Amino acid sequence: MKEHLLKYVLRLGDDSLILGQRLAEWCGHGPILEEDIALTNISLDLIGQATSLLNYAGELEEKGRSGDDFAFLRIEKEYVNCLLVEQVNGHFGDTMLRQFFFDAFRKILFESLQYSSDKQLAAIAEKSLKETKYHLKHSSEWVIRLGDGTEESHLKMQESLNTLWRYTDELFFDDEVDRYLTENKVIPDLVNLKGMWKENVDHILQLAKLEIPTNNWQFEGGRVGRHSEHMGFLLAELQYMQRTYPNMEW
Amino acid sequence: MVSAKQIYDSLETVKDPEVPVLSILDLGIVRDVKQLENQAWEITITPTYSGCPAMRVIEEDIKATLLLIGINNVHVVSVLSPAWTTDWLSENGRKKLKEYGIAPPVNELDKSVLFGVPTPVPCPLCDTINTKMVSQFGSTACKAHYQCQECLEPFDYFKCLK
Repeated sequence: MKEHLLKYVLRLGDDSLILGQRLAEWCGHGPILEEDIALTNISLDLIGQATSLLNYAGELEEKGRSGDDFAFLRIEKEYVNCLLVEQVNGHFGDTMLRQFFFDAFRKILFESLQYSSDKQLAAIAEKSLKETKYHLKHSSEWVIRLGDGTEESHLKMQESLNTLWRYTDELFFDDEVDRYLTENKVIPDLVNLKGMWKENVDHILQLAKLEIPTNNWQFEGGRVGRHSEHMGFLLAELQYMQRTYPNMEW
Repeated sequence: MVSAKQIYDSLETVKDPEVPVLSILDLGIVRDVKQLENQAWEITITPTYSGCPAMRVIEEDIKATLLLIGINNVHVVSVLSPAWTTDWLSENGRKKLKEYGIAPPVNELDKSVLFGVPTPVPCPLCDTINTKMVSQFGSTACKAHYQCQECLEPFDYFKCLK
């Protein structure tokens, strides 16, 4: 049980950590001041969630590793985030659509996880849910505004959708870890979540006048440590201080 | 022998580093004060937001403040559940926020309906509700950014979180 739970908590924690890192790259580069602040606020929430989750992973593992050790001192293949969150920021619309897919998933996931039979996971979900609802409102509004905006913004958003759609199936990746935890009422059944996610996403995309691409080729691999080429660059930046000055602290 | 009341009185002087007019008691993040064995005390706090960078500072401040009344054995425990809500903000805290120029949370969640009319937030300066939200995200995780349409004051709104 503990071994499966550890793997699952790491997957959740890495999703938050890597997306938090991506959003932090926007600091000082947002299209307008308010959005610069919004993106880094969301990044901070995600890093906070990652801290809770990775600290918990350390407790489950019982080898004395801290959340920071997990965040900064693993090699690429040991990170188990989904591919969606490591994709490059691209333009503001790319970032917002990536965020929207993620927030829509996290909202329904945390709504269920707050009733998990695992108390610590439930507490983290209960706390994170409040933040996630706020994030989802923000990203949904931008997807609609840009998709149903000018001719150019619509075109760009449709392109983003064609590119990012390929990473959405992996949000519902399940293997023996998920199936075991579902059977033991630790996590919800991902099949049910997928139906709810698709319904919510369809609704927003319809308002945004965007169409899901007919080519449904999907990528996966992140959950088992097989990442896209972007991951190495991201980690080089994320881990720079700890690699250069081992054991440094603030 | 120190009483729990003395501990609470002491905690009243520990301020939120990001909104220094509020004590951590006003903010409602102190969840429990408990005496352990050997003159040790356990203070349970909860973060407003998961990534709140003030938590570490608050923990240090609690320890430093309690040292002033002679307590040197303090365990500060952080819990996530039940999750903090702006309902725990004290009446006094709300008053202090307004005086400081931050609009206190109105007792209603920002409508989750997309593009719905945002909850009217009165201007902390001139009290009109003719204000507009500039951004859902403000200078810290717990605040949104507003502007008054009458006196033109830009102001922070302490977001309602439930």
